[in-house]
Amino acid sequence: MSDLALTLARIQFGFTISFHIVFPAITIGLASYLAVLEASWLKTRNTVYLDLYHFWVKLFSLCFGMGVVSGLVMAYQFGTNWSGFSSVAGSVTGPLLAYEVLTAFFLEAGFLGVMLFGWNKVGPTLHFAATVMVAIGTLVSATWILASNSWMHTPQGFELIDGKVIPVDWFKIIFNPSFPYRLVHMVIGAYLATALFVVASGAWQLLQGKENAGVRKMLSMGLWLILLLAPLQVVVGDMHGLNTLKHQPAKIAAIEAHWENKGDEATPLVLIAWPDMAQEKNHFALEIPVLGSLILRHSFTEQIPALKDFPPQDRPNATIIFWTFRIMVGLGMLMMLLAATSLWLRYKKQLYQHKPFLTFATAMGPAGVIAILAGWFTTEIGRQPWVVYGVLRTADAVTPHTASEVGLTLALFVIIYLAVFGMGTLYVLRLVNIGPKTDEALQGDAISVNPGDVDAFALAPEFHPDAKSPANTKDQ
Amino acid sequence: MDLSLVWAIIILFGIMMYIIMDGFDLGIGILYLFFKEKEDRDLMMNTVAPVWDGNETWLVLGGAGLLAAFPLAYSVILSALSLPLLFMLMALIFRGVAFEFRFRAHDAERHFWDKAFLCGSIAATFFQGVTLGAYLQGIKMVNQAYAGGPLDWISPFSLFTGLGLLVTYALLGSTWLIFKTTSELQTTCYKLSQGISMALLVIIAVISLWTPWMDSRIAERWFSLPNLLWLSPVPLLVIFFFYKLQRALKAKAETSPFLYTLGLVLLGYAGLGISIWPNIIPPEMSIHAAAAPPQSQQFALIGAVIIIPIILIYTAWGYYVFRGKVNKGEAYH
Ligand code: HDD
Ligand code: HEM
Ligand code: HEM
Repeated sequence: MSDLALTLARIQFGFTISFHIVFPAITIGLASYLAVLEASWLKTRNTVYLDLYHFWVKLFSLCFGMGVVSGLVMAYQFGTNWSGFSSVAGSVTGPLLAYEVLTAFFLEAGFLGVMLFGWNKVGPTLHFAATVMVAIGTLVSATWILASNSWMHTPQGFELIDGKVIPVDWFKIIFNPSFPYRLVHMVIGAYLATALFVVASGAWQLLQGKENAGVRKMLSMGLWLILLLAPLQVVVGDMHGLNTLKHQPAKIAAIEAHWENKGDEATPLVLIAWPDMAQEKNHFALEIPVLGSLILRHSFTEQIPALKDFPPQDRPNATIIFWTFRIMVGLGMLMMLLAATSLWLRYKKQLYQHKPFLTFATAMGPAGVIAILAGWFTTEIGRQPWVVYGVLRTADAVTPHTASEVGLTLALFVIIYLAVFGMGTLYVLRLVNIGPKTDEALQGDAISVNPGDVDAFALAPEFHPDAKSPANTKDQ
Repeated sequence: MDLSLVWAIIILFGIMMYIIMDGFDLGIGILYLFFKEKEDRDLMMNTVAPVWDGNETWLVLGGAGLLAAFPLAYSVILSALSLPLLFMLMALIFRGVAFEFRFRAHDAERHFWDKAFLCGSIAATFFQGVTLGAYLQGIKMVNQAYAGGPLDWISPFSLFTGLGLLVTYALLGSTWLIFKTTSELQTTCYKLSQGISMALLVIIAVISLWTPWMDSRIAERWFSLPNLLWLSPVPLLVIFFFYKLQRALKAKAETSPFLYTLGLVLLGYAGLGISIWPNIIPPEMSIHAAAAPPQSQQFALIGAVIIIPIILIYTAWGYYVFRGKVNKGEAYH
């Protein structure tokens, strides 16, 4: 196994998972949002909710489709590229993945058809039940995959026999120390990313002067959610970091670019720097004394472990994760700012008119997704050089393919992903640009932007007493 | 209880479900070759749009089940067949997104996603077939790891099984369309099914001769006594189902052609299974030698036994909701 082939395999994994994670993050959020919209409609019979449902379900199904095909690649990549990992640790991650398929993927897939195409086939209550099932499916899916991933970070509940992982206590395996933090942090992250996306779409409509009740409603709903979740995410993130300090101190030392402890000096917080792995120091460092101890130890004196406490080959790359971590946290702060401003503008009754705010909200559209990616980069690169922390090194996990073989598939993946998911993103943006209409539910069909295209799935007019003329009737 | 045996049965069941369900679904993509009209293509896609994702999930179950119960087999088989498998996954990307993108694209772009659906279905099926063929031919192992080269999967036999699977899925697709549609589209499918079913018969015959010729162990499995007697119903049933299928097509029956095709596919699948049983990595490694620790097999089995029946129930409900013919203009009303 050459180093080049290993590097290529790592890039391939990082590249494919990074695309994959974006779509699930949005589908987790949108599925729950759709369930809330449908529940609100059932409760109030206010057709604004119904129209919004029919608008967002189109974006949902687009993202869902892309999530499925990119996820399929992930499930097979463990075997094709990481056979060492599969044969050593498959006894743990395999059953967890199997449970994910059984309890989540089938649930989502089984009810998705009814959710997208079933409006005229089943009653409203049953349809709502299908939406809820899909939403539950996405959350269950997140739970299993994060249990598996967290176990790789903080493995427990197993024995090593002949170099293979033998599970002993499944409860301990699933509820490993980092799992609760990672699950909550990721799910909140997904909700935040979706809320920011919804808010940005609404703000964009308002900036274009295309205002209607649906646009205002979705902007407002999204902003309330961000107001609630952004501060919560900071708290959870802090707890997550404390937990990581306990279990993976080298990762925290790298995140903080903290090279050595000088005497009893409390750990400073390095705000900005360029950590240099070769010279073992920071360039251009801007530090605040004691703050590091305060944040990570909640104390004025206690130190955290430093990078030089670990042998060089066991240090994760501080140059990268120092920055990815700061991107995530910085975006988290901007989200709080956005939420706080929105509260102020609500009070001033300017929420839907204030141009600079709307521009800011539009620009924040991708912030959640970027924060999620930055967070994952921090977590995963910070785990290096291990795949299963302390148990299996990345270099021992990889399949001994030749560099040209991995290079070929990597090149193909890059081309295909950029082309296909690039077009997908374009379709997403196109829909966002069109925006929700007041008779969206009757434009109806869950799948088309071209009127008259697939009227097969259009909603029957009796659902929507307020809208006057269906844009796209059956006999057209 | 023999956990490995139970798991082998579950995985075989999952793969069977996959072949049947994604089979007609991929088959429809292949049949785009014969239908150029936008209305026809819309209609064909609509017959599977509500269910395609569930169909594909059986493939994920196959992979996950293998990893859970036979991690060694998973790692060896997937690294040996990594190229054709990755090509298959790439092709599935194109056809999977086509379901969503085709209806979202502006009229001028649609032809691109039509081609993505067509080519993606063909390539995915072909590489699936190639993977199957290469797997049946056997995988070189040393020290519990794959010991062959990156291109070992290419052989006349595997290319032929690739072609064979294309024909198989096309027939599943065309008989499914007979079942779900009316008028001209259905009429065309009757004609297509006749031709394709002839091709399938030839393919089954060739593979039945080729595998024993290729591998003496398979020859022995089938042609030694008393196996010959026990196994003789398989080829006899193939001939019987083929005959019934031709009759049904002539009589313009709507449901039975699909059922007879299913019968043929299942027999072919059973035939291949009989040839390699009880190996999980042909030609040497048995299911027991590749098994995960019992703790893993047991834990996952509890879930599988409870949940698979529930999955079957709501999947059936999904098909029931979208039962009946899909017609032009007013599908599913
Ligand atoms: C936090 C959530 C999350 C994370 C971290 C991951 N996934 Fe995922 N995945 C989902 C949440 C999700 C989802 C929301 O449940 C999806 C999106 C669309 C869907 O069908 O389910 C999904 C789809 C999806 C599918 C397709 C399922 C189908 O056919 O219906 C597979 C095979 C995987 N994923 C596998 C993986 C693997 C192997 C991952 C890690 C390496 C992974 N996912 C990370
Ligand atoms: C069962 C779950 C997972 C397994 C088995 C797994 C396994 C791996 C492996 C084998 C690598 C390659 C080693 C390396 O180069 O780092 C890796 C890297 C990576 N993983 Fe995970 N991973 C899992 C979940 C995730 C999830 C859910 C994400 C989120 C999106 C993720 C993001 C990444 C990233 C970004 C890298 C690249 C980091 C790098 O190459 O340095 N992983 N993971
Ligand atoms: C100030 C706020 C935040 C803090 C203090 C924080 C803290 C952390 C820490 C310490 C980790 C690494 C966990 C590990 O070591 O394994 C992490 C990971 C992560 N963060 Fe944050 N975070 C914050 C904001 C955000 C925001 C706003 C998002 C997304 C919208 C986000 C999404 C993620 C994700 C997806 C991961 C990777 C998964 C995980 O390990 O949980 N974070 N965060």
